[in-house]
Amino acid sequence: MHEMGIVLHLAKTLEETAAEQNIALISRVTLQVGEVSGIMTDLFCDCWDYFSARHPVLKGSKLVIEPIKAVTFCDSCKREYPTVKHGRRCPYCGSYETWLITGNECIIKEIEVGAESGANGDDRK
Amino acid sequence: MRIIELKATVTASNDRDAAALRGELKSKGTLLINLMASPGAGKTTLLERTIRDLSGEFKIGVMEADVDSDVDALRAERAGAKAIQVHTGGMCHMDAGMTRRGLEDMGWEGTDIIFLENVGNLICPAEFDTGAGKKVMLLSTPEGDDKPLKYPLMFRESDVLIISKTDVAPYFDFDFDKCVERARKLNPNITVFRLSAKTGEGFEEWENWLRNAAAEWKGAKE
Repeated sequence: MHEMGIVLHLAKTLEETAAEQNIALISRVTLQVGEVSGIMTDLFCDCWDYFSARHPVLKGSKLVIEPIKAVTFCDSCKREYPTVKHGRRCPYCGSYETWLITGNECIIKEIEVGAESGANGDDRK
Repeated sequence: MRIIELKATVTASNDRDAAALRGELKSKGTLLINLMASPGAGKTTLLERTIRDLSGEFKIGVMEADVDSDVDALRAERAGAKAIQVHTGGMCHMDAGMTRRGLEDMGWEGTDIIFLENVGNLICPAEFDTGAGKKVMLLSTPEGDDKPLKYPLMFRESDVLIISKTDVAPYFDFDFDKCVERARKLNPNITVFRLSAKTGEGFEEWENWLRNAAAEWKGAKE
Protein backbone atom coordinates (compact mmCIF):
# COMPACT_ATOMS: atom_id res chain seq x y z
CA MET A 1 0.00 0.00 0.00
CA HIS A 2 2.92 2.27 0.76
CA GLU A 3 4.34 1.73 -2.73
CA MET A 4 0.93 2.43 -4.25
CA GLY A 5 0.85 5.87 -2.63
CA ILE A 6 4.32 6.73 -3.87
CA VAL A 7 3.60 5.57 -7.41
CA LEU A 8 0.43 7.68 -7.43
CA HIS A 9 2.48 10.76 -6.53
CA LEU A 10 5.15 9.86 -9.04
CA ALA A 11 2.52 9.56 -11.80
CA LYS A 12 1.05 12.93 -10.85
CA THR A 13 4.44 14.66 -10.78
CA LEU A 14 5.25 13.17 -14.21
CA GLU A 15 1.90 14.24 -15.68
CA GLU A 16 2.49 17.81 -14.51
CA THR A 17 6.00 17.79 -15.94
CA ALA A 18 4.69 16.49 -19.26
CA ALA A 19 2.07 19.24 -19.41
CA GLU A 20 4.68 21.94 -18.64
CA GLN A 21 7.16 20.68 -21.21
CA ASN A 22 4.70 19.80 -23.99
CA ILE A 23 5.35 16.09 -23.84
CA ALA A 24 2.69 13.73 -25.19
CA LEU A 25 4.39 10.51 -24.14
CA ILE A 26 7.11 9.66 -21.69
CA SER A 27 8.83 6.49 -22.90
CA ARG A 28 11.22 5.93 -20.00
CA VAL A 29 11.50 7.08 -16.40
CA THR A 30 14.70 6.65 -14.39
CA LEU A 31 14.37 6.68 -10.62
CA GLN A 32 17.14 6.70 -8.04
CA VAL A 33 16.05 4.75 -5.00
CA GLY A 34 18.05 4.56 -1.79
CA GLU A 35 18.73 1.20 -0.14
CA VAL A 36 17.03 2.30 3.06
CA SER A 37 14.26 4.39 1.51
CA GLY A 38 11.73 1.77 2.60
CA ILE A 39 10.63 1.13 -0.98
CA MET A 40 10.30 -2.48 -2.09
CA THR A 41 11.43 -2.45 -5.69
CA ASP A 42 9.35 -5.47 -6.82
CA LEU A 43 6.14 -4.10 -5.37
CA PHE A 44 6.94 -0.68 -6.74
CA CYS A 45 7.30 -2.05 -10.27
CA ASP A 46 3.96 -3.91 -9.98
CA CYS A 47 2.26 -0.69 -8.92
CA TRP A 48 3.97 1.16 -11.75
CA ASP A 49 2.62 -1.34 -14.30
CA TYR A 50 -0.87 -0.81 -12.94
CA PHE A 51 -0.83 2.99 -12.91
CA SER A 52 1.24 3.67 -16.01
CA ALA A 53 -1.30 1.74 -18.09
CA ARG A 54 -3.98 4.13 -16.82
CA HIS A 55 -2.18 7.42 -17.51
CA PRO A 56 -2.11 8.18 -21.26
CA VAL A 57 1.16 10.10 -20.94
CA LEU A 58 2.86 7.07 -19.34
CA LYS A 59 1.36 4.30 -21.49
CA GLY A 60 3.98 1.62 -22.16
CA SER A 61 6.61 3.67 -20.36
CA LYS A 62 9.61 1.79 -19.00
CA LEU A 63 10.62 2.20 -15.37
CA VAL A 64 14.36 1.99 -14.62
CA ILE A 65 15.43 1.89 -10.99
CA GLU A 66 19.00 2.83 -10.08
CA PRO A 67 19.78 1.82 -6.51
CA ILE A 68 21.72 4.22 -4.27
CA LYS A 69 23.96 2.68 -1.62
CA ALA A 70 23.20 3.68 1.95
CA VAL A 71 26.17 5.28 3.72
CA THR A 72 26.30 6.41 7.35
CA PHE A 73 28.74 8.91 8.84
CA CYS A 74 30.05 8.52 12.39
CA ASP A 75 30.31 11.77 14.31
CA SER A 76 32.64 10.27 16.91
CA CYS A 77 35.41 8.87 14.71
CA LYS A 78 34.52 10.79 11.51
CA ARG A 79 34.45 7.71 9.31
CA GLU A 80 31.88 6.43 6.86
CA TYR A 81 30.47 2.91 6.73
CA PRO A 82 27.80 0.93 4.82
CA THR A 83 24.46 1.32 6.62
CA VAL A 84 22.76 -1.90 5.58
CA LYS A 85 25.49 -4.07 7.08
CA HIS A 86 26.06 -2.19 10.35
CA GLY A 87 22.93 -0.16 11.07
CA ARG A 88 23.15 2.75 13.48
CA ARG A 89 26.21 1.51 15.41
CA CYS A 90 29.59 2.52 14.00
CA PRO A 91 31.63 -0.65 13.23
CA TYR A 92 34.92 1.20 13.91
CA CYS A 93 34.33 2.80 17.31
CA GLY A 94 30.95 1.48 18.51
CA SER A 95 29.36 4.94 18.70
CA TYR A 96 25.67 5.56 18.08
CA GLU A 97 26.34 9.21 17.20
CA THR A 98 25.85 8.45 13.54
CA TRP A 99 23.75 9.83 10.74
CA LEU A 100 22.73 8.78 7.28
CA ILE A 101 24.52 10.56 4.41
CA THR A 102 22.77 8.87 1.50
CA GLY A 103 20.34 6.01 1.09
CA ASN A 104 16.83 7.22 1.85
CA GLU A 105 16.20 9.12 -1.36
CA CYS A 106 13.63 8.52 -4.06
CA ILE A 107 14.45 10.88 -6.91
CA ILE A 108 13.23 11.12 -10.48
CA LYS A 109 16.58 11.34 -12.22
CA GLU A 110 15.43 11.75 -15.79
CA ILE A 111 12.70 11.03 -18.29
CA GLU A 112 12.93 10.11 -21.93
CA VAL A 113 10.48 11.81 -24.26
CA GLY A 114 8.60 9.38 -26.51
CA ALA A 115 6.52 11.96 -28.36
CA GLU A 116 6.33 15.74 -28.27
CA SER A 117 2.93 17.32 -28.00
CA GLY A 118 1.85 19.49 -30.94
CA ALA A 119 -0.74 21.44 -28.97
CA ASN A 120 1.59 24.28 -28.04
CA GLY A 121 3.59 24.31 -31.24
CA ASP A 122 4.16 28.07 -31.07
CA ASP A 123 6.76 27.49 -28.33
CA ARG A 124 9.06 25.64 -30.69
CA LYS A 125 9.72 27.76 -33.74
CA MET B 1 15.48 11.24 -28.52
CA ARG B 2 15.02 14.00 -25.96
CA ILE B 3 16.02 13.20 -22.41
CA ILE B 4 15.09 15.60 -19.65
CA GLU B 5 17.04 15.64 -16.43
CA LEU B 6 14.61 16.25 -13.59
CA LYS B 7 16.36 15.54 -10.30
CA ALA B 8 13.01 16.03 -8.62
CA THR B 9 11.66 14.19 -5.62
CA VAL B 10 8.89 11.75 -6.42
CA THR B 11 6.53 13.68 -4.19
CA ALA B 12 7.31 17.07 -5.75
CA SER B 13 3.71 17.61 -6.82
CA ASN B 14 2.42 16.77 -3.34
CA ASP B 15 4.97 19.10 -1.74
CA ARG B 16 3.73 21.95 -3.93
CA ASP B 17 0.06 21.23 -3.10
CA ALA B 18 0.88 21.06 0.61
CA ALA B 19 2.72 24.38 0.62
CA ALA B 20 -0.19 26.08 -1.18
CA LEU B 21 -2.73 24.66 1.27
CA ARG B 22 -0.62 25.69 4.28
CA GLY B 23 -0.43 29.23 2.90
CA GLU B 24 -4.21 29.47 2.45
CA LEU B 25 -4.87 28.16 5.96
CA LYS B 26 -2.34 30.59 7.39
CA SER B 27 -3.89 33.56 5.64
CA LYS B 28 -7.19 32.74 7.37
CA GLY B 29 -5.59 31.94 10.73
CA THR B 30 -6.66 28.30 10.77
CA LEU B 31 -4.15 25.92 12.34
CA LEU B 32 -4.24 22.43 10.83
CA ILE B 33 -2.68 19.78 13.05
CA ASN B 34 -1.65 16.46 11.55
CA LEU B 35 -2.20 13.89 14.30
CA MET B 36 -0.37 10.64 13.72
CA ALA B 37 -0.04 7.38 15.65
CA SER B 38 -0.48 3.61 15.44
CA PRO B 39 -4.00 2.18 15.45
CA GLY B 40 -5.29 2.13 19.03
CA ALA B 41 -2.82 4.64 20.50
CA GLY B 42 -5.71 6.83 21.61
CA LYS B 43 -5.96 9.53 18.92
CA THR B 44 -9.75 9.79 19.00
CA THR B 45 -9.92 9.61 22.81
CA LEU B 46 -7.35 12.41 23.04
CA LEU B 47 -9.41 14.49 20.63
CA GLU B 48 -12.72 13.86 22.40
CA ARG B 49 -11.41 15.28 25.65
CA THR B 50 -9.48 18.11 24.00
CA ILE B 51 -12.58 19.18 22.06
CA ARG B 52 -14.73 19.12 25.21
CA ASP B 53 -12.20 21.19 27.13
CA LEU B 54 -11.51 23.77 24.41
CA SER B 55 -14.75 24.10 22.44
CA GLY B 56 -15.68 27.18 24.48
CA GLU B 57 -12.51 28.96 23.37
CA PHE B 58 -11.98 27.76 19.83
CA LYS B 59 -13.99 26.67 16.83
CA ILE B 60 -12.61 23.18 16.30
CA GLY B 61 -12.85 20.97 13.24
CA VAL B 62 -11.87 17.32 12.94
CA MET B 63 -11.11 15.38 9.80
CA GLU B 64 -11.03 11.66 10.45
CA ALA B 65 -9.06 9.72 7.87
CA ASP B 66 -9.59 5.99 7.81
CA VAL B 67 -9.59 3.21 5.31
CA ASP B 68 -13.22 2.54 6.24
CA SER B 69 -16.12 3.32 8.66
CA ASP B 70 -17.27 6.58 10.27
CA VAL B 71 -17.18 5.74 14.00
CA ASP B 72 -14.40 8.25 14.71
CA ALA B 73 -16.13 11.21 13.07
CA LEU B 74 -19.29 10.48 15.08
CA ARG B 75 -17.27 10.51 18.30
CA ALA B 76 -15.63 13.84 17.45
CA GLU B 77 -18.99 15.33 16.49
CA ARG B 78 -20.59 14.20 19.72
CA ALA B 79 -17.76 15.86 21.64
CA GLY B 80 -18.64 19.17 20.00
CA ALA B 81 -16.48 19.57 16.90
CA LYS B 82 -17.35 20.05 13.28
CA ALA B 83 -16.34 16.70 11.84
CA ILE B 84 -15.91 14.95 8.54
CA GLN B 85 -14.94 11.39 7.76
CA VAL B 86 -12.57 10.87 4.87
CA HIS B 87 -12.03 7.44 3.37
CA THR B 88 -8.61 6.98 1.88
CA GLY B 89 -9.72 4.17 -0.43
CA GLY B 90 -7.16 1.70 0.85
CA MET B 91 -4.33 4.22 1.04
CA CYS B 92 -2.22 4.11 4.17
CA HIS B 93 -1.83 7.88 4.59
CA MET B 94 -3.34 11.25 3.74
CA ASP B 95 -1.71 13.51 1.16
CA ALA B 96 -2.23 17.21 0.48
CA GLY B 97 -4.82 16.69 -2.27
CA MET B 98 -7.01 14.42 -0.12
CA THR B 99 -6.66 16.82 2.80
CA ARG B 100 -7.77 19.77 0.69
CA ARG B 101 -10.82 17.91 -0.62
CA GLY B 102 -11.75 16.85 2.93
CA LEU B 103 -11.39 20.42 4.24
CA GLU B 104 -13.48 21.83 1.41
CA ASP B 105 -16.23 19.24 1.97
CA MET B 106 -16.26 20.04 5.67
CA GLY B 107 -16.17 23.80 5.18
CA TRP B 108 -13.17 25.01 7.15
CA GLU B 109 -13.47 28.81 7.02
CA GLY B 110 -13.97 30.32 10.44
CA THR B 111 -12.39 27.41 12.32
CA ASP B 112 -9.42 28.09 14.61
CA ILE B 113 -7.98 24.60 14.96
CA ILE B 114 -8.51 21.58 12.72
CA PHE B 115 -7.22 18.16 13.67
CA LEU B 116 -6.45 15.81 10.84
CA GLU B 117 -6.54 12.39 12.44
CA ASN B 118 -4.34 10.52 10.02
CA VAL B 119 -4.58 6.81 9.22
CA GLY B 120 -3.25 4.69 12.10
CA ASN B 121 0.29 3.91 10.96
CA LEU B 122 3.76 5.04 12.05
CA ILE B 123 5.38 4.87 8.62
CA CYS B 124 3.70 6.43 5.59
CA PRO B 125 1.93 9.39 7.25
CA ALA B 126 5.38 10.72 8.21
CA GLU B 127 6.46 10.82 4.58
CA PHE B 128 3.66 12.86 3.08
CA ASP B 129 3.17 16.55 3.75
CA THR B 130 -0.55 17.21 4.19
CA GLY B 131 -0.27 20.99 4.42
CA ALA B 132 -0.57 20.94 8.21
CA GLY B 133 1.02 23.72 10.29
CA LYS B 134 2.02 21.37 13.11
CA LYS B 135 2.62 17.64 13.37
CA VAL B 136 1.73 15.85 16.57
CA MET B 137 2.38 12.18 17.21
CA LEU B 138 1.00 9.92 19.86
CA LEU B 139 2.77 6.90 21.33
CA SER B 140 0.90 4.84 23.89
CA THR B 141 2.82 3.09 26.64
CA PRO B 142 1.68 -0.45 25.65
CA GLU B 143 3.47 0.03 22.32
CA GLY B 144 6.84 0.16 24.05
CA ASP B 145 9.66 2.66 24.61
CA ASP B 146 11.66 1.26 21.69
CA LYS B 147 9.46 2.78 18.98
CA PRO B 148 11.79 5.74 18.23
CA LEU B 149 14.39 3.16 17.21
CA LYS B 150 12.02 1.37 14.86
CA TYR B 151 10.16 4.29 13.28
CA PRO B 152 12.72 7.13 13.31
CA LEU B 153 11.15 9.25 10.58
CA MET B 154 7.89 9.72 12.48
CA PHE B 155 9.79 11.01 15.52
CA ARG B 156 12.05 13.19 13.38
CA GLU B 157 9.11 14.81 11.60
CA SER B 158 6.89 15.53 14.61
CA ASP B 159 6.78 18.81 16.53
CA VAL B 160 5.13 17.17 19.53
CA LEU B 161 5.30 13.69 21.02
CA ILE B 162 2.45 12.77 23.34
CA ILE B 163 3.10 9.66 25.39
CA SER B 164 -0.43 8.42 26.11
CA LYS B 165 -1.97 5.87 28.48
CA THR B 166 0.52 6.76 31.21
CA ASP B 167 -1.86 5.21 33.78
CA VAL B 168 -1.05 1.71 32.53
CA ALA B 169 2.70 2.27 31.99
CA PRO B 170 3.77 0.10 34.97
CA TYR B 171 2.10 -2.96 33.41
CA PHE B 172 4.19 -2.60 30.29
CA ASP B 173 7.58 -1.71 31.82
CA PHE B 174 7.53 1.49 29.80
CA ASP B 175 10.69 3.53 30.48
CA PHE B 176 9.78 7.22 29.93
CA ASP B 177 13.34 8.51 30.21
CA LYS B 178 14.64 5.99 27.72
CA CYS B 179 11.83 6.77 25.29
CA VAL B 180 12.33 10.54 25.50
CA GLU B 181 16.10 10.19 25.20
CA ARG B 182 15.67 8.07 22.05
CA ALA B 183 13.19 10.55 20.58
CA ARG B 184 15.41 13.58 21.35
CA LYS B 185 18.39 11.88 19.74
CA LEU B 186 16.40 11.93 16.50
CA ASN B 187 14.75 15.29 17.07
CA PRO B 188 16.30 17.55 19.75
CA ASN B 189 13.47 20.11 19.47
CA ILE B 190 10.54 17.74 19.98
CA THR B 191 8.10 18.81 22.73
CA VAL B 192 7.03 15.90 24.93
CA PHE B 193 3.84 15.50 26.98
CA ARG B 194 2.87 12.60 29.21
CA LEU B 195 -0.84 12.15 29.15
CA SER B 196 -3.64 9.92 30.35
CA ALA B 197 -7.22 10.35 29.21
CA LYS B 198 -8.29 8.16 32.15
CA THR B 199 -6.77 10.27 34.93
CA GLY B 200 -6.51 13.58 33.08
CA GLU B 201 -2.74 13.74 33.62
CA GLY B 202 -1.00 16.09 31.21
CA PHE B 203 -4.09 17.60 29.60
CA GLU B 204 -3.45 21.04 31.04
CA GLU B 205 0.06 21.18 29.56
CA TRP B 206 -1.09 19.83 26.19
CA GLU B 207 -4.01 22.26 25.97
CA ASN B 208 -1.78 25.19 26.89
CA TRP B 209 0.55 24.18 24.11
CA LEU B 210 -2.44 24.16 21.74
CA ARG B 211 -3.54 27.62 22.90
CA ASN B 212 -0.06 29.01 22.26
CA ALA B 213 0.29 27.27 18.91
CA ALA B 214 -3.10 28.57 17.74
CA ALA B 215 -2.28 32.13 18.88
CA GLU B 216 1.14 32.01 17.25
CA TRP B 217 -0.35 30.77 13.99
CA LYS B 218 -2.91 33.56 13.91
CA GLY B 219 -0.29 36.14 14.83
CA ALA B 220 1.92 35.07 11.96
CA LYS B 221 -0.87 35.21 9.40
CA GLU B 222 0.26 38.40 7.72
